[in-house]
Amino acid sequence: MIRLTINGQEVQAESGQTIMEAALCNGIDIPHLCHEERLTPVGACRMCQVLLSEGDYKPVLACSTKVSDGLTVITESDELTSRRRAVLELLLSEHRIACTTCDSDGACKLQDYAYRYGADESLFGSHQHDRKMPANYTSENRGIEYDIEKCIRCSRCVRFCEEIQRVSAIAFDGRGIDMKVNTAHGRTLHISDCELCGGCIRVCPTGALSEKAAKGSGRKKDLVKTKTTCTYCGVGCQLELNVDPKANKVVRVTTKPGMGLNDGNLCVKGHFAYDFISSPERLTKPFIRKEGILKEATWHEAIDLVGKRMREIRDKYGPNSIAFLSSCRCSNEENYLMQKLARTAGRTNNIDQCATTCHAPTVAGLSSAFGSGAMTNSVVEIKNCKVIFVIGSNPTEAHPIVGLEMKKAMARGAKLIVCDPRKTWMAKRADIHIQHRPGSDNMLINAMMNYIVEEKLYNKDFIDARCEEFEAFRKNIESYSIKKAAKYCGVSEEDMKSAARMYALGEPSSIFYTLGITEHSCGTDNVKNLANLAMLCGQIGKWASGVNPLRGQNNVQGGCDMCAMPHVLPGYQKWTDPVVREKFEKAWGVSLPMDEGGRVTHFIERAGTGELRGFYVMGEDPVMSEPNQHKVIKYLKKLDFLVCQEIFMSETAKLADVILPGACFAEKDGTFTASERRVQRIRKAVTPPGDARPDWQITSDISTRMGYPMKYSHPGEVFDEMVLLNPLYAGIDYKRIDEDGLQWPCPTKDHPGTIFLHEGTFKRGKGLFQPIVFRPQKEEPDKEYPLILSTGRTLYHYNVGNMTRKSGISDQKQKECFVEINTVTAAKYSISDKEQVKVITRRGSISALARVSKRVREDSIWMPFHFVEAPANILTNDVFDPVTATAEYKCCAAELEKGVS
Amino acid sequence: MNKDLEEKAIDLSVISKIISDHQPFSQEEVISSLQEIQDSYGYLPKEAIDELAELTGTPVAKIYGVVTFYSGFFLTPHGKHSIKMCRGTACHVKKAPKILSAISGYLGIKDGETTDDMLFSLESIACLGTCFLSPIMLIGNQYYGKLTPKSAIKILEGIAKEEQDKK
Repeated sequence: MIRLTINGQEVQAESGQTIMEAALCNGIDIPHLCHEERLTPVGACRMCQVLLSEGDYKPVLACSTKVSDGLTVITESDELTSRRRAVLELLLSEHRIACTTCDSDGACKLQDYAYRYGADESLFGSHQHDRKMPANYTSENRGIEYDIEKCIRCSRCVRFCEEIQRVSAIAFDGRGIDMKVNTAHGRTLHISDCELCGGCIRVCPTGALSEKAAKGSGRKKDLVKTKTTCTYCGVGCQLELNVDPKANKVVRVTTKPGMGLNDGNLCVKGHFAYDFISSPERLTKPFIRKEGILKEATWHEAIDLVGKRMREIRDKYGPNSIAFLSSCRCSNEENYLMQKLARTAGRTNNIDQCATTCHAPTVAGLSSAFGSGAMTNSVVEIKNCKVIFVIGSNPTEAHPIVGLEMKKAMARGAKLIVCDPRKTWMAKRADIHIQHRPGSDNMLINAMMNYIVEEKLYNKDFIDARCEEFEAFRKNIESYSIKKAAKYCGVSEEDMKSAARMYALGEPSSIFYTLGITEHSCGTDNVKNLANLAMLCGQIGKWASGVNPLRGQNNVQGGCDMCAMPHVLPGYQKWTDPVVREKFEKAWGVSLPMDEGGRVTHFIERAGTGELRGFYVMGEDPVMSEPNQHKVIKYLKKLDFLVCQEIFMSETAKLADVILPGACFAEKDGTFTASERRVQRIRKAVTPPGDARPDWQITSDISTRMGYPMKYSHPGEVFDEMVLLNPLYAGIDYKRIDEDGLQWPCPTKDHPGTIFLHEGTFKRGKGLFQPIVFRPQKEEPDKEYPLILSTGRTLYHYNVGNMTRKSGISDQKQKECFVEINTVTAAKYSISDKEQVKVITRRGSISALARVSKRVREDSIWMPFHFVEAPANILTNDVFDPVTATAEYKCCAAELEKGVS
Repeated sequence: MNKDLEEKAIDLSVISKIISDHQPFSQEEVISSLQEIQDSYGYLPKEAIDELAELTGTPVAKIYGVVTFYSGFFLTPHGKHSIKMCRGTACHVKKAPKILSAISGYLGIKDGETTDDMLFSLESIACLGTCFLSPIMLIGNQYYGKLTPKSAIKILEGIAKEEQDKK
């Protein structure tokens, strides 16, 4: 600790801090324009001049002078005022004074300081280039606007792009009075390296950088800010919806350092892709199909019909003839109610949600190994990892804020191992990139573990003390030699060995994986094997070390925790356990169903056989998201009664008998649980369009109409009911998570939440080693279909695309479906870059634009699944993981052809 | 500017040769690599900057920032012979502006421009630091001091003739 005096007040600072940091930490404001707490100080603006003694005339810069013991700092004096005024007057000569029409009026640091120090805006005349804003790198871009005449060259945006986003898409062009921010060659933003994260806007102290779409839609100071949780991926970023209350419209999204785990950062989706909220395509009225045509209806009619028909089908054909599909896009409260509806009014365990499509193998695999199926560590720990082992995951695109934390770790010297069939951003910068054949993960992991055992790199003490069944596991891996695996996976033996060594010896190492691991017919096995790897090396149960699935959807963790799943009740409690049954039966006042229930993939199959007749789908689009689309449509059409609760007319809703318009995340209260098990609030910022209603209300009404009354006046009441039954959440309430959120397990009201799991002992007691036999993908490439097709996600779009496709900025950046083809493969087929090609599998074919590069392997192709006009799930293979019924989206045999489908 | 030259496909193999002499590549190598690339093409073509970025993993905007910061780097085709006319104080009092306008008249280009035949570029420089030779100009690496408008043009005529002979 260092003691210094600022303005006569004695304050404490940490050694290494600057005067600026020390002052701000102690609530003392020193004026600054170029300083931003996350960026390296550059001392460019000269506003933070301070004096180090009374009567001193040689000021120093607070942002770049370190504190020392006994230092005396004076932050305001006549001398400093006159210096700062001069600085401001020079800046104002370069800054077009347009406060009357500027969105940043009242939220502009330059304006504030000019006012505070009485700067004369016309003292030095004006160096404005032109009254009309000259064209620049943002002129063509739909998201970001740069007004060079409001730019004060503080370099915050340039430094943010370099130091935090680590993209360096923008730099200073030229020098002196003509200096400006620019991309290389002035390329328009969306064809430059820019990832459109909006960070430049968030750090700009003036109105020079702004959201183009928000221009003129309300000054920043007049907008009402509502803090909430991002609705896209499972990272759980905290942001503020800035609403114009008169227009009932979200005008812009902001966030700031210190707010949530994203610490001031957002990705393109979080910052820009909120056009969908006020999209004219939103569903605003219930619809009922009458004589084959969907017609507008009242809520009363719609609820009545759904309640009546579902009950009729249940009573006529038995509870197994109806099913409920909940949604991880919806809140915890809504998922809780949906599974409650299924099990009470529905009398069935036919309840599932989209985790089956993505991370159900995680829940199953990690539960069996450790006793808990969630991310073991937290986002905040990532920067402390020394070895980051990424497999089947593309964090910079699918979980961008986790990607930023990994970039932070890399900057601190962490080693990076990436196992991915594609050369992703991370893979390109990895210390070791293992570009293995899609579907060969277990071959790779088994061989690496065998090598670790052979070389005695494993953690014997950890295994002896904390794990069981090691011998059987060891026996199994003996037959997987590095040589054999290297050949099968198509990677170098040396890379495998060094990666194994690096991971085993890291202090600490941590595993991160996503759907590249789970979306296989051996998904659960893949997850179990990663658990094996972590236990073998003792890389789990400690700070910055564990097995970390990055969950895909905003509330897929919560959806699982609420157990909108057939085999468990909220909190992963098995309904086969009599104690659990009794607890729930008492609370809900019903006797719980005993049927096995089913997963969404089973529902589709059973719809095909006629076993399933009534299907209530909330916030899901199985037509787009389930494999083998042609079949899914055919089967869903066979249903007697299909209900869709949606915010848009989805592909599934088009087949529905009743459509119920729901409210989106910005229009309701509730909670989401982020990937790191953090339960966070969402808050109502705008009212739903038309007659749309929050999903929890709709579900409650349907339940009531089906004969099981549900009456809640606020989601908080649902939450309070849920925590009484769910021990993982027992200590959490809305009040406790008002500011920051809490990480489960949080068993009591005074429990601080759990940062990382399995410290000292595993949830299940001993960690379970499980021998995994390598099983190849179900559909191997052959003569007819010689390539391996994988599908996945991009940075700019989200899942079935019905939200991001409505965003101007995402649409401009990525308009249409593409397929990545290796240069060598493309040459074989005489396909050139940007050419239309057909991708064909045994299930169908779609057209896409060829992207020829070295990003994918020669034996593989890759395409995103966001595009309704080119739905990748026409192609994917409907074969499933035997444990969780998750489909093999990552591997099927495919062929290419030139031309349009 | 000469259109044909700009549109001519550029042989980018030069770049990998140049950076192979700058291994291990770090940020410190950017400026010297750019100088060599410029020596090779006579200017810094867009494609060459992109290739340098791609091959070295340096963000292209950062390289572009360096290029635009230094007046010694050119983004457009530049004359084979670069004339830098000093307009420092010493040269100024010795009538450098007159020499500049004489050269400008002889070549038919203004300060900052390049002749159509791509032989000469003309720019004025704040000070070449060789006041004892004022008024002075620098062509390539060669200084020409104590100039008069006439002698300056004679020098240019000489260079032009030499180039003619080479053909």
